[in-house]
Amino acid sequence: MRSVILSAATRLLLPLILLLSLFLLLRGHNEAGGGFVGGLVAAAGFVLHGIAHGIEASRRVLLVEPRILLGTGLLVAVVSGLLPLLSRKPFLTGLWIPGDVAVIGGLGTPMLFDVGVYLVVLGVVTMVVDTLAEE
Amino acid sequence: MFTIPAVVLTGFVASVAAPWLWRRLPRRIATGILVFVPLALFAYFLNLAGPVSVGQSFGVSLPWVPQLGITFSFAIDGLSVLFALLITGIGALVALYASGYLQGDAHAGRFYAYIMLFMGSMLGLVLADNLILLFVFWELTSISSYFLIGYNHERQEARAAALQSLLVTGVGGLILLAGFILLGSVGGSYDVSALLQNGEAVRSSPLYLAVLLLIVIGACTKSAQFPFHFWLPAAMEAPSPVSAYLHSATMVKAGVYLLARISPILGATPEWHYLLSLVGATTMLVGAALAFGQSDLKRILAYTTVSALGMLVLMIGLDTLSSMEAAMVFLVAHALYKGALFLVAGTVDHETGTRDIRRLGGLRRLMPVTALAALLAALSMAGLPPLLGFIGKELLYEAKLQAPATAWILTAAGIGTNVLFVALAARVLTAPFLGSLKETPHKPGEPGLSMLAGPVLLGLLGLLCGLFPYALGKTLIIPAVAATRADQTTLELALWHGFNPVLALSLVTLATGFAVFLLTGSLLRATAFLGRLRSLGPARWYAIGMKALIGFASLCTDVLQNGRLGWYLLTIVLASLLLVGYPLFVLIPEGAGPALTAPAFHELLIAVVILLAALGAILASSRLAAVAALGVVGFGMALLFVFYGAPDLAMTQFAIESLTVILFVLVIHKLPKFSKLSGRGERLRDGIVAAAGGVMMCLLTLIILRQPLDSAVTPFYAANSLLLAQGRNVVNVILVDFRALDTLGEITVLAVAGLGGFALLRLRLTRKERQ
Amino acid sequence: MELVFALVIGGLYAAGIYMILRRSIVKLIIGLALLSQAANLLIFAVGRPGRGTPPIVAKDATTLLPPFSDPLPQALILTAIVISFAVTAFALILIKRAYQEVGTDDLDAMRTTDQRQHAGTP
Repeated sequence: MRSVILSAATRLLLPLILLLSLFLLLRGHNEAGGGFVGGLVAAAGFVLHGIAHGIEASRRVLLVEPRILLGTGLLVAVVSGLLPLLSRKPFLTGLWIPGDVAVIGGLGTPMLFDVGVYLVVLGVVTMVVDTLAEE
Repeated sequence: MFTIPAVVLTGFVASVAAPWLWRRLPRRIATGILVFVPLALFAYFLNLAGPVSVGQSFGVSLPWVPQLGITFSFAIDGLSVLFALLITGIGALVALYASGYLQGDAHAGRFYAYIMLFMGSMLGLVLADNLILLFVFWELTSISSYFLIGYNHERQEARAAALQSLLVTGVGGLILLAGFILLGSVGGSYDVSALLQNGEAVRSSPLYLAVLLLIVIGACTKSAQFPFHFWLPAAMEAPSPVSAYLHSATMVKAGVYLLARISPILGATPEWHYLLSLVGATTMLVGAALAFGQSDLKRILAYTTVSALGMLVLMIGLDTLSSMEAAMVFLVAHALYKGALFLVAGTVDHETGTRDIRRLGGLRRLMPVTALAALLAALSMAGLPPLLGFIGKELLYEAKLQAPATAWILTAAGIGTNVLFVALAARVLTAPFLGSLKETPHKPGEPGLSMLAGPVLLGLLGLLCGLFPYALGKTLIIPAVAATRADQTTLELALWHGFNPVLALSLVTLATGFAVFLLTGSLLRATAFLGRLRSLGPARWYAIGMKALIGFASLCTDVLQNGRLGWYLLTIVLASLLLVGYPLFVLIPEGAGPALTAPAFHELLIAVVILLAALGAILASSRLAAVAALGVVGFGMALLFVFYGAPDLAMTQFAIESLTVILFVLVIHKLPKFSKLSGRGERLRDGIVAAAGGVMMCLLTLIILRQPLDSAVTPFYAANSLLLAQGRNVVNVILVDFRALDTLGEITVLAVAGLGGFALLRLRLTRKERQ
Repeated sequence: MELVFALVIGGLYAAGIYMILRRSIVKLIIGLALLSQAANLLIFAVGRPGRGTPPIVAKDATTLLPPFSDPLPQALILTAIVISFAVTAFALILIKRAYQEVGTDDLDAMRTTDQRQHAGTP
């Protein structure tokens, strides 16, 4: 199933796809995009890479185990919800750093939450595909 | 004011403590405590008997469920004192007796727990003033009876008998509850004392007959009236002290108690009179006749108990002053002599190892004291002077002769029953104790004091009450009768009433009874053919009913839980079709929403592509083709999202569709090939169901879209997305800010699904590796 | 356009229902996927989507001005899409396991694996 063209192309494509996914994640609050789409796109990149180079290779590129990603994502999402508690606001209240930030538009806990979503989606998809491809 | 609830509670506390006492303390001390508890209660009620007999009454009412008129109320009058004395007095003797009877039984602590539970429940039953409270205690006695009948739980017969009695009395209890609720709503209160003031309204209500029937059926199951009598002989599986206590002296009289208690409310009508007379007289005759054919000592006693309960119900049905007096006196007499006889039967069984009267004989020499107790009890049962049973029988005859209607029929039935009682009493006494000694499984001997005290004391009490009836009448019988009747009783109990028709009847009964006893053998042979009728009796109906019930349950399970997923889904789909379809087309009026807009060409094209792809997914004969068709459906959807202002959805859908296709491709060669498993008929059926579902959802969509949209939430999000949450993409703001908690839940679901799949395959791998 | 949505929803429901009633387990999964598409589209349609009007606040505005497609159903559907993917994946793994263990894809044949014991044991 290996094809030279595909494996060469994915080597170039993967960074681009990941960049695109980050872009989707970060602009999601103001334009179409967000953690869900971003995570899916990133996962699609890794899956593509896996098809071209084999699961082992793509796991090496991913650097961490999918379940670590998954757990980290949930943790990040929960922490983003816990942060407002420090300033005596209810769980999951949005807190924003005043002022504009380039590209993203602003920095706040909802962004952090979206990062959590991104990581969970990425973790789940890669995990499922890994397990299915493994056997 | 809390004395009465505390008295009732004592039994329950003793019940909880009994196993512990039995385990921790020496047997003698534990028995002492468990006998002392009912004895102390007996003393308490005896102390109350005096004030009650001069018309004092005691009551307490605590709120329980005030909204429903259910109170925790108790009342003490003559009737409850009479019953409470029987319950506690016989309870003390039985507790003492059981310590000898159950010697060496490892579970005796449990036995005492059940007995004390019963005592507390039964006390609660006769002291309760609220119908619902009474019902609760009523059911508790059924439950403790279940435990006690099934005490020898290793015996299959004991378990079956316990279950049978629980089912019969339990179903009766439910019917009774229905009757109580109906009575409460007709009479305006659940408190008996309030209902007593309102009897006229209840009797003239159109629901009177329903109330009467329900309550009488409930009482009849508990008091083993024909045709519900069959559970009582079966309940003889219980240890003998239980038979003496629950199944002759107290619990089976709960129905009689209830009928006596509510007779001022429901009684004195033709319906009451005829219903109870008929049931009572039938039970009385059937019970005595069935007892005649038995050879098991306890079963003879059980059937005569059924018969005696029939007499009591008959007396309450007659509902005259003399019949109530007769009922109360006979109730005491029966409790004393039958309790004693059951304990004697238990002793005989315990000492010899058999209860079959054909295998017993000559025990008077080895067990003289027990034989004496049996003699006193049997004489009372036969109705010989100077025992209380004689007075009871005289009063019964008198009441029957004075019955408002059908006096002669009832008197004749009464003579028949009493003749059999005489013969049976003679048999119960002579068969085990007279004649020559027979070989028995155990070597018999006089039991210890604990097992002698009960039967002897009960027998002697029957004699004492017969010799000094005036005291009994004044302190217990008259107050009890007064509690059930408005007219004042002038009863004076005495042994000698002079030469009158009743005495003549008594003499005739005795002579005939003795003759029947002498002819027992030939009579049994002559009536042997009647044994075949037994298989037509209600015990068989019960067996058939149980079999049908279990069969029906099994059938339901087989049909509904048949393990076919397709069947379940079909049921769900059809039910949804009906539940959505009915309100959709019948209840919802035509909406007046915005007019339909015409579709654009490219939208129509997408729709056609999606529909064709869906059709393709159905018809595809290869797995890959179906997956590809599924992908086309998804991409078509994504296009619709694009055109209808949902870029986020469109992107997500595109990504997901790509991944889904990859997912399928990864596993598809490991999955089974498509095969046509269902036949043409099934496919047609499913096709029709599916088409109906599709049409309905299509119409549902159209109807919804014709209604104006009224959302309060969306405008809030639209107005505040940027101002409050600093985001321009409202969809994303909803996901990560406004409804972030939902999203947190959803990503958790994702994580769980992923981990679940991971574990499912990994577990298998590790198992393989281990092998 | 209402008609377009209604027809597509009806068609997808019909196809989905038909497929989940099949005895082949793979068809069941495909039926589930079709049903979830149908449900998503139904929710979407209930939000009265308008052509080309995404719910994004314009650069020069502070609130979302009509006309716009209702963002609420979109948020619901977005998570539903992702979750139905996870459920489909889980179901695929499940039936793969089941097929390995039982050796049949016939749902009616699978009932023998957990057939309840008749008579005897209570």
